[in-house]
Amino acid sequence: MDVLSLARFQYAATTIFHFFFVPLSIGLVLIVSIMETMYVVKNNEIYKKMAQFWGKFFLINFAIGVVTGILQEFQFGMNWSEYSRFMGDVFGAPLAIEALLAFFMESTFIGIWLFGWDRLSKKAHLACIWLVTAGTSLSALWILTANSFMQHPVGFHINNGRAEMDDFWALLANPQLWVEYPHTIFGSFATGAFVVAGISAIALLKKKQVAFYVKSFKIAIIIGLFSGVLLALFGHAQAQYLVQTQPMKMAASEGLWKDSGSPAAWTVAASIDTKNHKNDHEIKIPYLLDFLSYGTFSGNVKGIETLQKEYTEKYGAGNYIPPVKTTFWSFRVMTAMGGVLCLLGIVGTLLAWRKKLVKSKWFLRLMVAAIAVPYIGATTGWLMTEIGRQPWTVFGYMQTAASVSPNVTAGELLFSIIAFIGMYSILAVVMIYLFVRTYKEGPSLDEKETLQTNDPFDGEAYHVVTE
Amino acid sequence: MLSLNELWFLLIAVLFIGFFFLEGYDFGVGMATRFVAHNEQERRVLINTIGPFWDANEVWMITAGGAMFAAFPNWYATLFSGFYVPLVVMLLLLIARGTAFEYRAKVAHPKWAAAWDWAIFTASLLCPFLWGVVFSTLVLGLPIDKQMNMHATFTSIVNPYSVLGGLLILLLCLYHGLVYLCLRTTEEIQNRARQLAKKIFWLLAAAAIAFVIVTFFVTDLFEKRGSFLYPIYILDVLLLLLSALFLMKKRDGWAFGMNAGVILLTVSSLFVGLFPRLMISNIKPAYDLTIYNSASGSYSLTVMTIVAITLLPFVLGYSIWSYYVFRKRVSKEEHLEY
Ligand code: HDD
Ligand code: HEM
Ligand code: HEM
Repeated sequence: MDVLSLARFQYAATTIFHFFFVPLSIGLVLIVSIMETMYVVKNNEIYKKMAQFWGKFFLINFAIGVVTGILQEFQFGMNWSEYSRFMGDVFGAPLAIEALLAFFMESTFIGIWLFGWDRLSKKAHLACIWLVTAGTSLSALWILTANSFMQHPVGFHINNGRAEMDDFWALLANPQLWVEYPHTIFGSFATGAFVVAGISAIALLKKKQVAFYVKSFKIAIIIGLFSGVLLALFGHAQAQYLVQTQPMKMAASEGLWKDSGSPAAWTVAASIDTKNHKNDHEIKIPYLLDFLSYGTFSGNVKGIETLQKEYTEKYGAGNYIPPVKTTFWSFRVMTAMGGVLCLLGIVGTLLAWRKKLVKSKWFLRLMVAAIAVPYIGATTGWLMTEIGRQPWTVFGYMQTAASVSPNVTAGELLFSIIAFIGMYSILAVVMIYLFVRTYKEGPSLDEKETLQTNDPFDGEAYHVVTE
Repeated sequence: MLSLNELWFLLIAVLFIGFFFLEGYDFGVGMATRFVAHNEQERRVLINTIGPFWDANEVWMITAGGAMFAAFPNWYATLFSGFYVPLVVMLLLLIARGTAFEYRAKVAHPKWAAAWDWAIFTASLLCPFLWGVVFSTLVLGLPIDKQMNMHATFTSIVNPYSVLGGLLILLLCLYHGLVYLCLRTTEEIQNRARQLAKKIFWLLAAAAIAFVIVTFFVTDLFEKRGSFLYPIYILDVLLLLLSALFLMKKRDGWAFGMNAGVILLTVSSLFVGLFPRLMISNIKPAYDLTIYNSASGSYSLTVMTIVAITLLPFVLGYSIWSYYVFRKRVSKEEHLEY
């Protein structure tokens, strides 16, 4: 394989891996903060146990998020040196701010939080975990500022073949950022929520420490429902924005070779023939594409062939069509996952509210399986976003083929790919092992707390245990 | 007045000094786990002295990298792609080390802890060594071409000078970590750390003097910046001596402070020698990367200056607070988190 393909493969693999841990960290630390807040407000020990128990998962996950993040920061220079020379002026600022504002905050306060349970007052300790929460969410904001620039460059001019920032506020006010960031952040909250709910469901199926896990489940499912709905709304907003800024990506994610004509139908599934630019079997829902793209029920969405012609005129000869199948299917899978999250959120909230949770085994089993859903959604989402942007690295200004380091050899890349994949596989195995182990150890509740809770309104838990 | 380019050169030097000062002691403690601790519990004591801090210390390196990317993109691009293989190795080590701290106490099985301890020791030993290698080749000169790309061979990275530089940084961190342990532990562990520090001092002094002498002959640093470097190195050696004296007198705080000065001066000497160059081309001086031909535009540098000046005080403030929270010495009787 050539250097470019190897570099792309390594980048995609390591970044997807990093993004397995990032959303869970962001989501889980929020949930832990909420639990610890309830502890401080209600002064009920069970919430402290909750924060500590789920905090363990957070820490195990966070460790890998941190170490894989270091690689992220280094690899722009290592494998994409031409991109770094082109982009540093613009990309550097958000990255440096991320480090100064977010990474210092999260790493310092996570240390204080972990080691400080009995060295700090309750409130000071609580403040620490909220600062970690703020840190993780801010870190996502700054890195996505950089990514948004790549999707939709603003606030710069080209000088000597390099992008030079000339308006920092434009970078921050980038409309792309304000659809991309909320969508990603709510996806992350949903990830945390569905992991907590899923692990609680395993315990509830086994009738382990019911009161504890029902409470955890309730907190999680409410967050899951809220973030699921907001996630879908912002996803919709993002799609509408996409039609305007990167119509080619949109067309590819629709498998739309020719202009749709008005009104435009949405393709549910199709067998795509990338050679002959046509789809053989299509299942379509009328009007839906218009709704997705414009929020109305009429309008024409441009097809790939039209756009290819337009781009050739604008940017010169070349192939501007991204891998259509990958883009098409990852978009389908992601939106399906969004639907599943919303549905499960609604059903789960209803069941928990009507105190039927523990008896609804079918639902608990679904929730266990649903741990995978946000992960699949996030991964396919990024595949669509980044692969659908090809051949561009910075849309309209720099292509991927021109971004790669010219002085790194295929041999070196092969070495690093094998090394990182080896290392990451070990990490994944260790982490799953520790998750299972932490779950099996369970929260360290004493006898009394296992049997009852101090919350008189928590009828369900009490009821089940005394049965 | 300092120009923006000079200011950012200075800031990046400060970030690297912060990194070597802070992560330096936790590298040192990581190495000491093999020499100072005699059993599992003692190793845990050592690791817990750096428990709340190591991650934040590492962020100094991440920030230095980010600042290089932002202020001197060409430097970042040339350095990181040029040192590809050493950086891959360093990343693997840092990945193993970071997870090791977090995971080693999660399972109470001797083999589990032993495996992670091995990772902590190896990474703590090799990372400072690799940084030493990288920095000494920066001042020695590297095959950088007209397009600013570095095509390094094995010997342009690994050669007697760079290995000496690597050893110097390694010993500096080890000594620093041992002095830190004197400050943060009690009784036998503290004693052992002190005894070892006294021995390492001799090695360190030898390496430092050798490095200065060789630097004089193989690099152009003294030629270009001699008037700064002589006083820096004289002061450097003086502080090192003082730190050993204080250590003998059991004035550990002073010893640590003096050694902080040693680190500051050692790292500064390299940056002073480079200035205004960032990387030296041994193909042609015209191909050198400098703070002018590698920098971002002035708008970008201005924005970042404002950001850095606003944020750095907060970072320093809460970092100091975290040291205040964990000011107590760590002993075996305590609850050990890691
Ligand atoms: C938890 C995972 C998850 C779920 C269930 C969804 N998404 Fe998503 N989506 C992401 C996680 C994600 C992401 C990983 O966060 C992405 C990648 C880049 C980005 O901005 O967010 C993304 C990107 C992304 C894009 C690409 C934007 C671009 O390229 O600029 C669109 C159009 C949508 N999403 C739309 C949706 C819709 C309509 C959903 C249906 C409810 C949906 N997403 C569910
Ligand atoms: C964490 C979530 C992310 C994932 C999973 C992801 C994944 C990917 C994938 C799959 C590609 C395309 C690989 C290819 O087809 O060659 C890519 C390209 C790229 N992405 Fe991302 N990405 C993520 C976030 C980001 C962010 C936040 C940035 C920058 C701020 C970024 C910068 C890049 C660059 C520079 C490329 C160029 C390399 C290329 O086009 O192949 N990515 N990414
Ligand atoms: C592809 C570009 C990316 C780079 C350069 C990058 C860089 C880093 C670095 C250096 C760390 C370690 C921080 C530490 O030591 O404390 C880290 C961790 C983290 N990154 Fe990334 N990252 C990337 C993608 C992302 C994305 C897309 C997000 C969020 C949307 C993200 C969010 C985080 C968070 C929240 C952490 C903290 C650790 C954790 O939560 O697991 N990163 N990242």
